[in-house]
Amino acid sequence: MGYELIVCVKQVPDTANITGEAMKADGTVNRGALSAIFNPEDLHALEAALEMRERYGGRVTVITMGPLGACEVLRECLYRGADRAIIVNDRRAAASDTLATSYILSQAVRKIGKFDAVFCGRQAIDGDTAQVGPQMAEKLGLPQITYLEQLIEVNGRNIRVRRNVGNGWEIIESPLPALFTVIDTANKPRSAAAKLTMRYKRAKCIGDITAQVGKEMPDASDTDKQAEAGRRLESLQKLGAVIEQWNLDDIQADLAWCGVSGSPTKVQRVQSIVLTKQGFTAVEPSEEGVGKMIHELIVDRTLG
Amino acid sequence: MIEPNRKGEVWIFAEQEDGRLSDTSLELCGRARELADKLSVKVGAVLVGSNVRELASLLIAHGVDNVYYVHDTRLENYRTLPYSRAVCQLISKHRPQIVLYGATPLGRDLAPRIASEMRAGLTADCTDLQIGSYVDAKSKKEYTNLLHQIRPAFGGNIIATIINYDRWPQMATVREGVMRMGEGDPKRSGKIIEEKIEFNDFDLAVKVIERHREKRKVNLKAARIIVAGGHGVGSKDNFTLIYDLAGALGAAVGASRAAVDSKFIGKEHLVGQTGTTVRPALYIACGISGAIQHRAGMDNAAKIIAINWDEEAPIFGVAHYGIVGDLNKIIPMMIKAIRARA
Repeated sequence: MGYELIVCVKQVPDTANITGEAMKADGTVNRGALSAIFNPEDLHALEAALEMRERYGGRVTVITMGPLGACEVLRECLYRGADRAIIVNDRRAAASDTLATSYILSQAVRKIGKFDAVFCGRQAIDGDTAQVGPQMAEKLGLPQITYLEQLIEVNGRNIRVRRNVGNGWEIIESPLPALFTVIDTANKPRSAAAKLTMRYKRAKCIGDITAQVGKEMPDASDTDKQAEAGRRLESLQKLGAVIEQWNLDDIQADLAWCGVSGSPTKVQRVQSIVLTKQGFTAVEPSEEGVGKMIHELIVDRTLG
Repeated sequence: MIEPNRKGEVWIFAEQEDGRLSDTSLELCGRARELADKLSVKVGAVLVGSNVRELASLLIAHGVDNVYYVHDTRLENYRTLPYSRAVCQLISKHRPQIVLYGATPLGRDLAPRIASEMRAGLTADCTDLQIGSYVDAKSKKEYTNLLHQIRPAFGGNIIATIINYDRWPQMATVREGVMRMGEGDPKRSGKIIEEKIEFNDFDLAVKVIERHREKRKVNLKAARIIVAGGHGVGSKDNFTLIYDLAGALGAAVGASRAAVDSKFIGKEHLVGQTGTTVRPALYIACGISGAIQHRAGMDNAAKIIAINWDEEAPIFGVAHYGIVGDLNKIIPMMIKAIRARA
């Protein structure tokens, strides 16, 4: 027994540490120049699920959607104690807005089957939309409890939590299953455990294995490459270090609701921020200079 | 999802708590009015709650033509599911072309739930809204009179214009404090339309056991003048300089992320991307270098004074008055000059 817990995580560009090279001359973002990190609030979502498992028993499955490189955040989850990791990877999912993303992730959750709770970070730092959690909850027909700050108690099929609503807090009781979005004051995410890191540092998905074999055996026939990839997958399976890889067909996604066709919002235009400077006055750092400025502000009625 | 409806109204979700409309709701009324006038349609407001009918007159005074009022004693405290049910049913019935929400914790909880159920687009945290057109790059088809949803993205490093031409309504949440709140005209007239919504057991399954609200102690948004300090102030003790200048001007005290992170001052004073967005008549930035995240929260101030020892500081790029020098000397000079004029 115990609870089946699912955590959705995302690998994001580190928008807080953007340097000059991050913006191209045409004002678009040069993703290649940005380091990829574990979305900060998703670490708090993972911690909330791990804590619930420790208190009440169960299993924690982590899901991400993205390029194969995003397996890195799944490994980070395994190092911290997640039991199972899944990547949803499909070129047809590219350019999904929040609505299409939430549809794809909810299909992946459905494929997992029975579950009791889904945890997401409140928002990702690349888009700051905070939409995917609530939209997944709607698609899965679940109650949504946003801004989770404290899990108070789970009593059978009922959960009691405290949520932070900005200008205060409230205590909510909800039936399970439910979806929670977690904020950064909810907990202190644990560090990676050395033992788990040793065990899972080679954890990979089949796409990564195939690419690696292709690189190492450039002259081998496709059959040989396939056989070698199969052998490597099997040995990883023995170690329990396989990251499951699903595409849109595996999760029975209706392609009309994925990618560009599934995304109602379109980006019409992007501009990098250019400072606009009009009517700048350099003020002398003296009593006279400051006095003159204050006088001007009184004359134009900004002051008084 | 509703079909594009060119005659549809421009709607706002009128957020209220404990019988008080949020400031953002009234800010939205003004912009909704402008958008609706450009489109030659009416402004509607969805007002949901228990015994809050009297708030309708305030909405009408701020530019709303039709208030769709849903009263139910079970709606006294906000809960996502019944509120979402109410708004979705009204959208399906009246087919507005635009629906706007405040990007408040409540609005950011409600709007995506509605967008998912309506299978409509939603742009988060807009800082500007305009009416404009869009030409599809492939089909060359032109769509006119669309809502341009303008928002910072990528940690505030870019500004994106988002549109939604086919799956309506066009929906957006709008950041608090970025639209100007009008004065309101109590003589304006409008209609109150009472709506009845049926709720099922699932809608009411989540219960609020206890709730606690705090009054915002620092009201940066309402301040006409803000004196803000940054890393350059140097210490918590030295922040008294900022308070002194604010005191001389009757101003509120703001801060940059660096000052908050260094524990010079509490988080409730934070101005910027992750704090409060302000648009005062005068903003005085003291020892603030002016990272993009900070500028995004204050560059709409009517007048900006920047004091910094570093003449290369980006804050000077948005300032109207720039003083390069030591704030420990300049602030006392300012206080003296202000007192001399008073």
